[in-house]
Amino acid sequence: MIEFKDVSKTFETKEGTVHAIKDVNLKIENGKIYGIIGYSGAGKTTLIRMLNGLEKPTTGSVDINGVEINRLDAKNLRVQRHKIGMIFQHFNLLWSRTVIENIMFPLEIAGVDRTQRQKKAQELIELVGLSGKEDMYPASLSGGQKQRVGVARALANDPEILLSDEATSALDPETTDEVLDLLLDIKKRLNITIVLITHEMHVIRKICDNVAVLDGGKIIEEGEVLNVFKNPQQPLTKRFVSAEADPSRQETEVVLDELVTKYPDGRIIRLTFHGDQAKLPIVSEMVHEFPEVSLNIIAGNIKQTREGSIGTLYLQITGPTEQLDGSVEFLKNLRVETEVIKDEQ
Amino acid sequence: MSSSSFFNFSSVDWAEMGSATWETIWVTLISVIFTAVIGCLIGLLLFETKDSKSIGVRGINWIVSLFVNVFRSIPYIILIVVLIPFTNSIVHTIVGPVAALPSLILSAAPFFGRIVEMSFREIDQGILEAAEAMGANRWTVIFKVLLPESLPALVSGLTVTAISLVGYTAMAGAIGAGGLGALAYNNGFLQYNGTIIFVATVLIVLFVFFLQWVGDWLVKKIDKRVV
Repeated sequence: MIEFKDVSKTFETKEGTVHAIKDVNLKIENGKIYGIIGYSGAGKTTLIRMLNGLEKPTTGSVDINGVEINRLDAKNLRVQRHKIGMIFQHFNLLWSRTVIENIMFPLEIAGVDRTQRQKKAQELIELVGLSGKEDMYPASLSGGQKQRVGVARALANDPEILLSDEATSALDPETTDEVLDLLLDIKKRLNITIVLITHEMHVIRKICDNVAVLDGGKIIEEGEVLNVFKNPQQPLTKRFVSAEADPSRQETEVVLDELVTKYPDGRIIRLTFHGDQAKLPIVSEMVHEFPEVSLNIIAGNIKQTREGSIGTLYLQITGPTEQLDGSVEFLKNLRVETEVIKDEQ
Repeated sequence: MSSSSFFNFSSVDWAEMGSATWETIWVTLISVIFTAVIGCLIGLLLFETKDSKSIGVRGINWIVSLFVNVFRSIPYIILIVVLIPFTNSIVHTIVGPVAALPSLILSAAPFFGRIVEMSFREIDQGILEAAEAMGANRWTVIFKVLLPESLPALVSGLTVTAISLVGYTAMAGAIGAGGLGALAYNNGFLQYNGTIIFVATVLIVLFVFFLQWVGDWLVKKIDKRVV
């Protein structure tokens, strides 16, 4: 169990005191993948760095399985760090070392003998799928392969925790998914706790069990990923969720504008379906119930998350006002998230 | 001194030329070795003490930095003269090739020290942080990250330093330290023998070319940043 207790961090700058982290309380259970999402400057880097003591909280405590990280002296902190692997956005590999030498580096630091190092590094190379590339230098690897080396290196000392600092932010979408699949696979095999920070909801949706939304150094929302996706409370969370649930939203808005001018008397609504709702014939039931309503599907999509699916559907409905009110009410009664984007004029 | 006097090769004492060349080579090599070691220490000290929170450590940085700046700004010819007592006390002579070593090293080491500091500074901060996150102590970071990762920059910096050292040995030679510089000055310039100046110059140029070639070759061999 990782626990942040009343953690705050302030930096003194020329412009005055900056509150990077404000009163953060967080519990992360062992064996979970925990995502912390926020825009840059939200304080997520500072927060994750407290877990391996690269940053110290100004007040409060950071506790990993009963060890208070912020109170360790330099020597014990170094020993503790052997048990915490970290991967980075820019990989941070030593270019002067080959793939296998990079993976052996943390083992050298931990004082593991040479034959053991070789054996362990070879195992890890197979685990991350880099067999045959042992003696290549990082410069000749692709971004995805470099991050695989980063992951193998982070796992060298059999850590209890893996920290991921925007590990996929420098990768293209396809490679991002590759690396995320690798992390998921590693978590299953090694039953390790993964704490990751990101600014992409996609990463959270794909592999995280829990998520915390960080804004201005504060945790503004926290919970199981599906719950947060289903029912985002804060405007910022809603923005993250909708940007992820519907990447073509901007495009849709252009279409909406056109439709608004084309059918000035219509009503345009957005429906968001969660989990099993996406499987039900909700729209067709609505049409049965209110036969005078005619409907036009503008856009729609459906996404798979770890725990279920999320769908968005844009509809234009026209007809008598009371029928329109009735259908919106009907949808709301079915607990479908319904948002009227444009009302009748 | 007419132009034809530059090609009067029969006037050259080749045995003397050979031993002068050898002197230049070994004086340069020995000073390069000392410069490399002392320069690395100076660079490391500058790098490690910079931006420290402790006033004492920053004080060390200030003192080393002052030493470096002073020795880098004194013209070499003056430095030789200033160092005569020091030279005399450690090598017990102020003439000959050995006498040139202290001043050569003291002028080149601070220069190379700055190059070393700069090379360390060029290393990606993220790599140092990654090593720290793995639980590396300061010495591990120095020997397993700083030095290996900056090695190509150190070698090309040392090549530049070595070549300027060749220039200095020639200058030191002119005031009694032997080598090609001394030969060109004493037997060439003072005795109106253009050929000796010419031959000595060609040999120095060849030596410089050779050093540059070795440096480039080494850098190419150890630099793994390019495919």
